Amino acid sequence: MADEAEVSDAMAIERTLAGDRDAYRVLVERHSRTVYRMAYRIMGNAHDAEDVVQESFLRAYQKLKQFAGNANFGTWVYRIAANYAIDRIRQRNADDARRESPSKPGEVSLEIDPLSLVRDMSPSPERLAGSAQLAERMKAALAELSPAERTAIVMRHWDGCGIEEIAAVLKSNSNATKNTVFRAVQKLRRALIPFLEGKEARAMGTEG
Amino acid sequence: MKHRTEEELIGYRDGEAKERVEIAAHLNECTECREELARIEAVFRALDAIPAPDPGEDYGERVWQRIAPRLGRKKERWWESLFVPQRLAALGGVMALVILAFVAGRWTRERMPSGDQADVVKVRERVLVVAVGEHLGRTEMVLMELENAPAQKGRKAINISETQRRAEDLVEENRLYRQTALTEGDQAMVSTLDELERVLLDIANSPEELTPAAFETIRKRIEEQGLLFKVRVVKQGLDERKANPGAKPTEDNAKVTERKKV
Repeated sequence: MADEAEVSDAMAIERTLAGDRDAYRVLVERHSRTVYRMAYRIMGNAHDAEDVVQESFLRAYQKLKQFAGNANFGTWVYRIAANYAIDRIRQRNADDARRESPSKPGEVSLEIDPLSLVRDMSPSPERLAGSAQLAERMKAALAELSPAERTAIVMRHWDGCGIEEIAAVLKSNSNATKNTVFRAVQKLRRALIPFLEGKEARAMGTEG
Repeated sequence: MKHRTEEELIGYRDGEAKERVEIAAHLNECTECREELARIEAVFRALDAIPAPDPGEDYGERVWQRIAPRLGRKKERWWESLFVPQRLAALGGVMALVILAFVAGRWTRERMPSGDQADVVKVRERVLVVAVGEHLGRTEMVLMELENAPAQKGRKAINISETQRRAEDLVEENRLYRQTALTEGDQAMVSTLDELERVLLDIANSPEELTPAAFETIRKRIEEQGLLFKVRVVKQGLDERKANPGAKPTEDNAKVTERKKV
């Protein structure tokens, strides 16, 4: 194990390409959790997130020759996973639409408890930040975003990805991607207005 | 004073606004826009209220266990891999299910006006139970071979690659059945096959060349965890289901029937 800790990504890749299949293990063990966190936030559940992680590492293994060390392996496999996640979620949404049952978790959560929301209303986001209810509300609001918006906000907010990087995953240009991020923030904000802002919300952004 | 738009403020907060200096100057003077920016900031802090998904410390290791058997195979054409003898059995089972489902479906439509499809479900369930029963038999053999292997004293390394290859094939077979069970809505079967997959992956992922001591460790693990025993219990449960199809939890049947109506 101590030996493994010293193996750099580049060395592990080299050994894997030289035919040592087990050398790939270091890369999987090192980067799985980061990829999982992103996949979970985009997919919204553990089962789909795990599927994204496994499939991404399989794809990365198959394409390892193309990687050629021109970027960081972590970034590379992250991007493969983000691409796969957005495809999966679009597919899932299309399947859901065909079954004519719009995604229930979002619906249910968004309809929760207007009364308790009012009761819990406080101008202090610091206090609210610890609230489980707020977390639920945010999860529901995230689930309501389009696949592109959700992917963009996850990559941007939690993983600090650059606009160009997100644009590559969305297969879009940087202006359109900035706009996608903006729309995502705007929608999240609207979903949170009763929670965070009460009556004082400025009309701007809420009524066009 | 002209206020800054929401888009400009979000862009500013994000570090992407074009008129960064101008917006900063405006914010210095305008309380209202500063408050608006604070409200935007609150959205991001609210996002941070969602707990970070944590799959656990050993997650990377688990991912490796899952994918390792699927790595390293040279790209073969998909149909070639189906004709590996060990896999033909699994394929046969799945094909039988598909054909039966089709035939039974037609037969039901033609002859069963009342929509009573419970029999069709039972027939399919039975085929799955029989096929998985056979699959468990093969798994049992692999475990028995390891558990009952003759003493290896005096040898430097023990090669279990042959057994491992069979375990790998069984993993794939296992997945085929799991997928079918999932489609059929047989949750109990899915859980059983999940458990079995972990056992098979353990074997498939051990090093090929083992020292007698390492081999002994694997053998002990099979014994201590009662893996062979577990497989036999599950197999016995399936045999009972084979004899008495009603043993399956009724809610699963209901689920399947309901799904068929959709």
